[in-house]
Amino acid sequence: MSSTLIRNDGLLFEGADWEFSTIQRCHDAIEAIGVGEMGLCVYPNQIEVIGTEQMLDAYSSIGMPLFYKHWSFGKHFARNEALYRAGMQGLAYEIVINSNPCISYIMEENTAVMQTLVIAHAAFGHNHFFKNNYLFKQWTDADGILDYLEFARDYVMQCEERYGEAAVERLLDSAHALMNQGVHRYPRRRATDLRMEEKRERERRIHDEQVFNDLWRTVPGKGNARPDPTIEERRRALLQLPQENLLYFLEKTAPRLAPWQRELLRIVRMIAQYFYPQSQTKVMNEGCATYCHYRIMNRLHETGQINDGAMVEFLRSHTNVVFQPDFKDPRYSGLNPYAIGFAMMQDIERICTAPTAEDEQWFPDIAGNRDPMATLRECWANYRDESFVLQYLSPRLIRQFGLFHVVDDANEPHLRVEAIHDERGYRKIRKALAKQYDIAWTAADIQVVDVDLIGDRKLILHHRALNRILLDEKDARMVLQHLADLWGYDVLMKEIDPGTDAVLKEHSASPRAGIVQGDSP
Amino acid sequence: MHIVDRRLNPSGKNLANRQRFMRRAKAQIRKAVHESSGSRSIRDADEGGEVVLPAQGVHEPSFHRSATGGIRDHLLPGNKEYIAGDTIPRPQGGGGGGGSEGSPDGEGEDDFRFALSRDEFIDLFLEDLELPDLAKRKVVNAEAVSWHRAGYSVSGSPANLALNRTVRNSLSRRIALRRPKPEELEDLRARIAALADDPEKAEDRQRLEEELERKLRRTGLIPYIDPIDVRYKRFDALPKPVAQAVMFCLMDVSGSMTEHMKDLAKRFYVLLYIFLKRRYKNVDVVFIRHTHQAQEVDEDTFFNSPETGGTVVSTALEEMQRVVEERYNPDAWNIYAAQASDGDNTASDNDKAASLLTDVILPVCQYYAYLEVGRDSEHFPPGFIRRDSDLWQTYSAIIKAGAPMAMRKVGHRRDIYPVFRELFAKKTGAEAVPA
Repeated sequence: MSSTLIRNDGLLFEGADWEFSTIQRCHDAIEAIGVGEMGLCVYPNQIEVIGTEQMLDAYSSIGMPLFYKHWSFGKHFARNEALYRAGMQGLAYEIVINSNPCISYIMEENTAVMQTLVIAHAAFGHNHFFKNNYLFKQWTDADGILDYLEFARDYVMQCEERYGEAAVERLLDSAHALMNQGVHRYPRRRATDLRMEEKRERERRIHDEQVFNDLWRTVPGKGNARPDPTIEERRRALLQLPQENLLYFLEKTAPRLAPWQRELLRIVRMIAQYFYPQSQTKVMNEGCATYCHYRIMNRLHETGQINDGAMVEFLRSHTNVVFQPDFKDPRYSGLNPYAIGFAMMQDIERICTAPTAEDEQWFPDIAGNRDPMATLRECWANYRDESFVLQYLSPRLIRQFGLFHVVDDANEPHLRVEAIHDERGYRKIRKALAKQYDIAWTAADIQVVDVDLIGDRKLILHHRALNRILLDEKDARMVLQHLADLWGYDVLMKEIDPGTDAVLKEHSASPRAGIVQGDSP
Repeated sequence: MHIVDRRLNPSGKNLANRQRFMRRAKAQIRKAVHESSGSRSIRDADEGGEVVLPAQGVHEPSFHRSATGGIRDHLLPGNKEYIAGDTIPRPQGGGGGGGSEGSPDGEGEDDFRFALSRDEFIDLFLEDLELPDLAKRKVVNAEAVSWHRAGYSVSGSPANLALNRTVRNSLSRRIALRRPKPEELEDLRARIAALADDPEKAEDRQRLEEELERKLRRTGLIPYIDPIDVRYKRFDALPKPVAQAVMFCLMDVSGSMTEHMKDLAKRFYVLLYIFLKRRYKNVDVVFIRHTHQAQEVDEDTFFNSPETGGTVVSTALEEMQRVVEERYNPDAWNIYAAQASDGDNTASDNDKAASLLTDVILPVCQYYAYLEVGRDSEHFPPGFIRRDSDLWQTYSAIIKAGAPMAMRKVGHRRDIYPVFRELFAKKTGAEAVPA
């Protein structure tokens, strides 16, 4: 540890050791660059130093500092621990939580350079993204999440005391199985307030008065020959069908759940919803954080606050992070979101400052506007992965990555190269890549379409099998069983070809005894 | 900005989740534990360690699209050879188009491996088992004595004075004998003082002074604490029971014992060793192998080095007797023996072995288990009466006489654990009659 708190050579630190004052100094220096020069807008930071076991802990509870108890978290912990102990898996340098204040966990084993990098990456990069991106603003409540988690933990604990661990566990198992189908994908209509209601009523009345014609009253009626088809539609509207948020539907409609069970479903659903933006902004989020740390570290080096040795150490881990192996490389395991994200951010900076003729043609609105940071901040605020790629993936980057599009149709004997990085292919590739990040294309589209609450109460779901890709059958059966357990009656799922509406496959499940008791409402 | 040092937070935050997971996967973990015991050496069998569970048992399902079929788009980096319209032969096995995307949860369907601690391992291994309650409780020497509180005594060292009890006795005695309280005396003295200057109340004063005199005398006669009040804490010396055991592994290694049989025997010994280790701090293991002659060897030789010769069981028993006399005084050691054999014995030796066992070995043993290992392929059609082996017949006779001994036949490795459980199940079996 260095003995002097204030160094006279302007360096933030020297060597690998750090202490709390080092962290504070680094944070202040980074803040000066990040907020002062780059115009980042962040939640207040809270940096927590943790050890290995605590990092494993955080891993198993999806990074959250407190969580309710469930065996699956124990499973993840055991697994990560075994992998880590066997040396097969390193631990992350940091975990950052979308909360206000923004909590970043940093590992005690990190060197001083790594701590600086981590603060720049998480406490400023991710933090800015969480605070400004529209998806996070729309779907997450950074101020309330920690309190909500605490409530969730205590509520689950109380339920366990009152109804027994086994009952709670069964319900959570089922709810977890449906977690991916527990999010609202579109903002719902807010409840209208009285003034809005009055206004609408007034407009409606004016409209009625305008189109009023007494003649209609004299037209002979059709009689009650057949039931009004609107009744059917009305019923479905009342149940908010079709409904893709299965957990929401169960919470509101399942006939035989106890109130505490509905609340637990709600907890799982709320947490799923909280994480919903993260899965749609992986490239952007990591790209933003990586771009920020790269820029900040470079500035620190330029201003003589870190020395050459530290810079080399930083560059080494930075290049590891943004490394993208080719598809033939044995290390290849899909596109690296850090690599794509970082490259796109840098590319936007280049287009803003030194555009080529091609850029002028492709990005007339931003090419050469000389203000890369404002452009980037605007991207970070208003896009998600899909729209961002669709808008900003440049031909130059497609060439640089050598991206090509392969179509694999199970009915064809061969795979077909659809597009490569050439003039005809740029737009196709851009569109195809954007689609890969579009959750509407990647996640299975499963909806509750109907339920006959008066008859046998059978729940009918449709899976619209995009591109004729069916559900994984083994898992689907297991999840459907969970769904039936929660619903309390039979469940039928049809897999439907969206083009022809033909039923490709059907699964059904009947409830097992256990979750819903005889104490139906 | 705040910096919070969380390293000092209590660890083991995830312990509750881990226990839930263990409980959830108990049946599978138990199976994995029992399977893993075969691959370990006897002495480190109880070290805990990694077990592998099949993934589907603790699988968390979710709706996701299957990895095959339909039309898929792949976007891959690093194109150097293809142009639009090229066809690529479909890669065999693995994800199509080289885009091996892994399973959606990123975990894959591999087996689930994780590490059990030593205690977790043993707990699962030996659930519901109990040693026949035969442990010796003899004092080895003076050092093995522990002191326990045992009420109060009227004599003892001042250090052990039981203050509370003493004062309690004193208080009740003082109340019973009506020893004047200090406040009463004070009160009297004050009243006398008040009357001191008043000659008219001389009579009253006289009376009060007499009363005071009487009370002071009484106070002097009745002590505040009397020797009969005093109590001391009493300690009793309890001899510690013997906390060491020795386990004799006896095995026939003659030509008729196949590798398979030795493997069965080894598994049984491993179980027994772990089990004893749970009960005793010190467990010694003695390996005695025999053909027509017996010899004490180390573990490796015991299981692995081949030997040929006839089969004379009594030699092993004699060897065991020698070792016991030499090193393991039955007064100080709990002696367990497990013998594994295919049941062959030289016919002329049976009587000798029986008498050795009854007269010499069994009296010093806590428990003697005989395991007859058979060939896996030995199947007999129903109705066919299998002839019992020489040793089986010999030992049956001994057990009928009520010796602390048990015997079982084992033909397949899957039988080992059930047989072991049967021998040590919480209710002592009919064959294992307590001594």
